Amino acid sequence: MLKKSLLTGLAIGLTMLATGAFAQAVGHNFKVVYIGKNTGNPYFDSITGGFEDACKQIGCEFEFVAPATAEATSQIPFIEAQIQRGVNVIAIAPNSPDAMNQVLDDARAKGILVLAVNGDLVGNESHRDANILPVDFTKTGPNQVELMGSLIGYTGEIAILSATTEAPDQNTWIAAMNKTLAEDPKYKDMKLVATVYGDDQPEKSTTEMEALLSNYPNLVGVIAPTTVGVAAAAQVVQSRGIADKVHVTGLGLPSEMRDFVKDGTVKAFQLWSPYNEGWLAAYFADGVLNGTIKNEVGQTFEVPNLGSITIGDKNVMNTQAELTTFDASNIDDFNF
Amino acid sequence: MNVLLTLLRRREAGIAVMIALFCLAVGTVKPQFLTLDQMRIILLLTPLIMIGAMGQMMVIVARHVDLSIGSMLGFSAMVSGMLYRFDATWFGFDVPWWTGVPLSIAVGALLGFGNGILIQLFKLPAIIVTLGTLSLYRGMTFIISDAKQIDRQWIPSEIKGLSQTSILTIPKDFPIAGGFNIPWIVIVAFGVAVLTYLFLMHTRIGRQIYALGSNPVAAPLRGINVAAVTLLVFTISGALSGLAGIMYASRWGFVNPSNTGSGFEFQVIAAVVIGGVSINGGVGTVLGTVLGVLLLGCVAAALPLLGIPGTAQSAIYGSVILVALLIDRTVRRQGIASLKRVRA
Amino acid sequence: MNAESPAVATGHDAAPPRPRWQVLLIRPETMTLILLILGVFAGSLLSPFFLDINYILRSFTLYSEFAIVALVLTMVIIAGEIDLSPAANMALSACIFAWLQANGMPIPVAVVLGLVSGLAMGAVNAFFVIALQLPSIIVTIGTLTLYRGLAQIIAGDKSIRVPEWFIGVDKIMLVGIPLPVVLFIILAIVLGVVLGNTIFGRQIYQIGTNDVAARHAGIRSARIKVGLFLLVGVVAAFAGIMTASRLGSVRYDLGLGGELQMVLMAMLGGTYIFGGRGTILGTFLAAWLLVIVSTGMIVANVLPAVQLVVLGALLIVSIIATNLIYSRTQR
Repeated sequence: MLKKSLLTGLAIGLTMLATGAFAQAVGHNFKVVYIGKNTGNPYFDSITGGFEDACKQIGCEFEFVAPATAEATSQIPFIEAQIQRGVNVIAIAPNSPDAMNQVLDDARAKGILVLAVNGDLVGNESHRDANILPVDFTKTGPNQVELMGSLIGYTGEIAILSATTEAPDQNTWIAAMNKTLAEDPKYKDMKLVATVYGDDQPEKSTTEMEALLSNYPNLVGVIAPTTVGVAAAAQVVQSRGIADKVHVTGLGLPSEMRDFVKDGTVKAFQLWSPYNEGWLAAYFADGVLNGTIKNEVGQTFEVPNLGSITIGDKNVMNTQAELTTFDASNIDDFNF
Repeated sequence: MNVLLTLLRRREAGIAVMIALFCLAVGTVKPQFLTLDQMRIILLLTPLIMIGAMGQMMVIVARHVDLSIGSMLGFSAMVSGMLYRFDATWFGFDVPWWTGVPLSIAVGALLGFGNGILIQLFKLPAIIVTLGTLSLYRGMTFIISDAKQIDRQWIPSEIKGLSQTSILTIPKDFPIAGGFNIPWIVIVAFGVAVLTYLFLMHTRIGRQIYALGSNPVAAPLRGINVAAVTLLVFTISGALSGLAGIMYASRWGFVNPSNTGSGFEFQVIAAVVIGGVSINGGVGTVLGTVLGVLLLGCVAAALPLLGIPGTAQSAIYGSVILVALLIDRTVRRQGIASLKRVRA
Repeated sequence: MNAESPAVATGHDAAPPRPRWQVLLIRPETMTLILLILGVFAGSLLSPFFLDINYILRSFTLYSEFAIVALVLTMVIIAGEIDLSPAANMALSACIFAWLQANGMPIPVAVVLGLVSGLAMGAVNAFFVIALQLPSIIVTIGTLTLYRGLAQIIAGDKSIRVPEWFIGVDKIMLVGIPLPVVLFIILAIVLGVVLGNTIFGRQIYQIGTNDVAARHAGIRSARIKVGLFLLVGVVAAFAGIMTASRLGSVRYDLGLGGELQMVLMAMLGGTYIFGGRGTILGTFLAAWLLVIVSTGMIVANVLPAVQLVVLGALLIVSIIATNLIYSRTQR
């Protein structure tokens, strides 16, 4: 058994030596790594696609690595390893807002550009150079409320099925949703009766959804701003055949929601393009490393296919302004 | 009266009482807990654990333990999932929807057999071997799937339907219970429990498993083929994990290389221990295990209903295990004490 | 017959004592050492970035907390018990410590209270296992869930920060070696001496081999086991607080999954799961083996899938080798 791993190791090692022999000069030939939250997560496959295609255009070297589990500290050995490998850019979807502060500081001390992609180090922004988010997160909440309202005729009891209680993006959106519901007279007949947490696990999300249906018999809508949650909620509604009574919407992946849209369980849902995040991140890194983009608040620069991007407060950039809405008319246009 | 008392002194009665008390307690706060709808939810939470628990029970009674059931579940589910996804590409036609069921079971049995070989042939402690295969099989799941999940559209709807429809359906216009049904996977789970009972109590090999567990040293002297019995229990554990794997695909609608089956072993072992199976082997009943699974199902269903935050749920599970152990010990002490009285 | 073996004036039936070189070399720790050397070799083949002593030491600090607890856990396992709760203990003690200092308590007091709570957790384990005579594997599965849950209740899903000056225990260097690694080495030496050369140590082996016989021989097995559980509790709490310093903050999921890593280190070092056999040296080498193998694969960007397979295979291979060695040396 050990012999086999040695032979495989030898083979991998030789390949590594061959490909790793590029000069580490700045230029377009830099090394960028994207550290996802965990493997086996289809969402990151999309972002990776964006990185890969952009690097094909730019000429950079890209690798995707991720730990087996999404624990808070699981990415630390990977960051250390990438520093050791001498990469120029570390892009990461952080599993924890602060567990990696020390090791990311080490990376930056060595001149590595640190980008948070698809999530941010909330409260610890000083430990990364910039952040790439898909959309303006402050608009996500209101967008979702509006979509929900349009599906239920702007009246009735609704609930939110979220991910984990601490996920900072979730909490931003939920706070905004509450604010919108309270302040905008358009939604005055919609009542938020519960917010539950599925921990981004399909089993828990399913049981929480079933509990919602049991606890609130007059429920007409569920907003699940998490791809795992919205798919689980849709599954429950589909299996009980109550799609005409309870409307499910939220943030979902077209690949996971396609079936539900086609059979009418879910009329519409929203998301952004994870692919664009990878694309933007690669171009941004290229610009900063070569001096063509200044990483300062207020700066604007051009990215092929995405147009003009502005660096916002706290060095945050968005790939698009508002959410994309998917429904029966456009669901087949997307392959992620 | 005596019969009733003897019945009550049994371990299983204790668990049954715990379940009844728990449900009543929750029911007073949340009356929805005592509805048929809720019962259906509880039943739907249990089939996978039930099936896993039957296999694990046999392994523990034989004085071993199998920590790899979650990874075996994941691997066999992934094999079937990949078949469903790529059958057109590989064979040029779509396989019948039910193919995944025998396939998962067979794959699981093979993995379980692998465990058994390592344990029996090399005389290795099962806990360590299965700890190793836990990683090994999980890694293999990632490798064969290229770390990609099998999305909902690839799992045949008939498979998914097994978690919603069934032959035991009360017609919609029936008063009160109209529309209530017990899904196929629940029926299968209870069927497996019944088969396990018949196997363990009424076949020679079944009895030999108990004998092996209570005294492994004396077993060969009693004519028990230790190698065969050991291989058998681990193969069965694997096969049942495989069955649980295809049922995972049915219940949740997809297969993911990192999540599917992850943590399964701990839930199953907890249910088995609560059900009165002794970790030292030789003791345990199917009824007790079934009740253990149901108790955990009730607790799991009650927590979201009671609005208990996810943060406290682990603490509660841990306490339930400890309490069950305490009760187990008290009951055993009483049982031993009463036996002493009888002898005196 | 080997010319080195000392003359033996016994009858034909007695087996000659094994030659000294066999006793010294054919033991599970040797296998661990060989695997370690092979691991270094493989790692350097896999990636040119691997063979850097500073990098390896830095990587070790990431596992050092688990390694430190694994050393004490080895003694528990040799004594015939097992404790799966230390990782959860680390989290709960760290949460208690962090919560106290965040709410105004001076750090030294908070540290002491954190250690005391770890001791209490060890005491709870000891109570269930020794006083109530319940199997330690199930008790500690129960307490591991309980402690993790309590940590969740205290810290919620948030992180609790520690002050700047407290952060960075892993950056303190002694002779170029990070402090946590130094502590690991020192503890290994101390425990190795205690286990191998004191009466207390020998008694632990005897309890693990045959608890009933040991008690009949006058060894206070209950007292020793209680002491071991308490020791694990305190050391785990210490490790938890050290982790807090390394990460800069404390969350309920600190050290999640760590119990398996600790048991893995003990097993890879040749400790027998049912008690009676094992050494501190074995666990010491095994900790390095685990770090080398994991780090070697990570820095070569080997897929996590392959890493899992390699680790699983490693465990099985080492367990087969350990068993073979033990069975062949049984006379």
